[in-house]
Amino acid sequence: MEAVVAIAIGMLTACGVFLLLRARTFPVVLGLTLLSYGVNLFLFASGRLRLDAPPLIQAGAAYTDPLPQALVLTAIVIGFGMTAYLLMLALRALAESGDDHVDGRMKP
Amino acid sequence: MSAHAAILPILIPFAAALLQLAGGGLSFQRRIGLAAALLGIIAAAWLVQLADGGAMLVYALGGWTAPFGIVLAVDRLAAAMSLLTALLAGAALLYATAGFDNRGRHFHPLFQLQIMGIQGAFLTGDLFNLFVFFEVMLLASYALLAHGGGLARTRAGLAYVVLNLAGSALFLIALGLLYGTLGTLNLADVALRLQTLEHNIALARLAGALLIAVFTLKAALLPLSFWLPHAYAAAGAPVAALFVIMTKVGIVAILRVQAVAFAPAAAMADLLAGWLVPLALATVLFAALGALAATRLRYFAAWLVLASAGTLLVAPAHAQADITAAALYYLFQSTFIGAAFFLLAELIAERRGNVADAIKPGPAFHAPWLALGFFLAAISAAGLPPFSGFLGKLMLLSVLREAVAGPAIWAVLLTAGFLIMAALARAGSRLFWRRKPDMLPPVTPAIAWQRSAAVLLLVAAGPLLALFARPVADYASRAAAQLHAPGAYINGVLGTDKHSITRETRP
Repeated sequence: MEAVVAIAIGMLTACGVFLLLRARTFPVVLGLTLLSYGVNLFLFASGRLRLDAPPLIQAGAAYTDPLPQALVLTAIVIGFGMTAYLLMLALRALAESGDDHVDGRMKP
Repeated sequence: MSAHAAILPILIPFAAALLQLAGGGLSFQRRIGLAAALLGIIAAAWLVQLADGGAMLVYALGGWTAPFGIVLAVDRLAAAMSLLTALLAGAALLYATAGFDNRGRHFHPLFQLQIMGIQGAFLTGDLFNLFVFFEVMLLASYALLAHGGGLARTRAGLAYVVLNLAGSALFLIALGLLYGTLGTLNLADVALRLQTLEHNIALARLAGALLIAVFTLKAALLPLSFWLPHAYAAAGAPVAALFVIMTKVGIVAILRVQAVAFAPAAAMADLLAGWLVPLALATVLFAALGALAATRLRYFAAWLVLASAGTLLVAPAHAQADITAAALYYLFQSTFIGAAFFLLAELIAERRGNVADAIKPGPAFHAPWLALGFFLAAISAAGLPPFSGFLGKLMLLSVLREAVAGPAIWAVLLTAGFLIMAALARAGSRLFWRRKPDMLPPVTPAIAWQRSAAVLLLVAAGPLLALFARPVADYASRAAAQLHAPGAYINGVLGTDKHSITRETRP
């Protein structure tokens, strides 16, 4: 399972970074979203991967570390708000200048 | 009451923002905002007084003690940065109430939330909480940067937001690595565990390096500094003035993490060695050249901010109390002067019609006080005697004489200082002396009292910090001594029986 999670994180991050380096705003927004998915999975894995263990401490029962889950929840909420704002900003730039190049140059 | 003093600089702007969002017209929002700024200054000054007693103020949020709950940990450095933020925010807000806040919606709540984020970032003692306050600060700054509208602001805002979102992703990866290796994100606890770290040293070093990389992005160290001039120059004057403190958030974060967590741990002590000073010096030179090449006064002010950030980043790698103390004094004065330049740039631009703040001859305008303000700010920024810029640079250079890279630091700082002085002289003479008599100045109303008061307060920091250099520098050296004795910080946060905290064994 570790290998699957690691490959998933790697793929998400690689695709995210690739899209982040594109010159148009829409791929950049998508890239940031993928990157934040990769990061969230990574944070989740920092508490170690355990199967069938709830994030609750009960006497004798198996449990998983609840803190990374709280961290991921916070990171998701923040990332969600940021992406929404970024989309609005990208739309405004598109409406104001009539093109969605990140540097504002019209040349194709 | 004094038990809750540490949270006040965060709660006051938060409460003000909620009140302002709840309703009321612009004048209501202005009154709430200015009252909150004043209360914030009082609360921060009280915090400085409490912290100067020498004991750490530790505030466990919700009563959950460290390392399991989130704490605010206020030492002299944190309290001083809180006061600096409150003073700067007060001046910038006063300037904005003369009309800038009318150019878009929700200026006042956003401004208060930005203050809250900056204050939280200085006061917190928990690394994840630091991330959250960074995000509060950045979210408000994204919206404030776009305040007032216009394509230039939207463009600059887009690049700024994307860059900082990528930075946030790196921050989270660093925190994940740190938590996965050490099992804690409380700074004092991180410091304690790094000292006894036996396994996974490479992972911990990687996490530390990533953390420093994120902070250097905020502090605009050279390979990560290209965003700063565009973003700061595009922002409205009062917003840019408040942004000046944001590079300092990164610098103080580096100082604190290095002094508390990295320097005492054998595995991490050399993390900043060898690369930070050369890059900081390169930043200073880059900024000085940028200032020489700047064609607009706002860009010029942004390059000055970058130059002071570079100068300050020379300090953390040394991890020496006297160098940090000199850097702190320099930090205080450069913040005020940097902010003053942005406000002056707008006032000058308004008086020059179409030429605006372009550094070239323009219409004649009669504003002796503006010229005097520019002159005083320029003397402070260039590091000429007798004002605080000179004292700050002198202190920094004299303590760095003994450093390994001392000669290189001296050479670069003095060369850059000369370049900036030349650029300031050129800008000043073109703006105020070389005039085109055939161009008519626009009809501008007299400067509103809020604006003159804000500029006066910021520019007066130069002479005042020189006049009261002794108490300020003494406080800075006490703060630096406290920062570089992290045992007290760790004991303050975790208690003296810290080794009896039960730890979970991790696979």
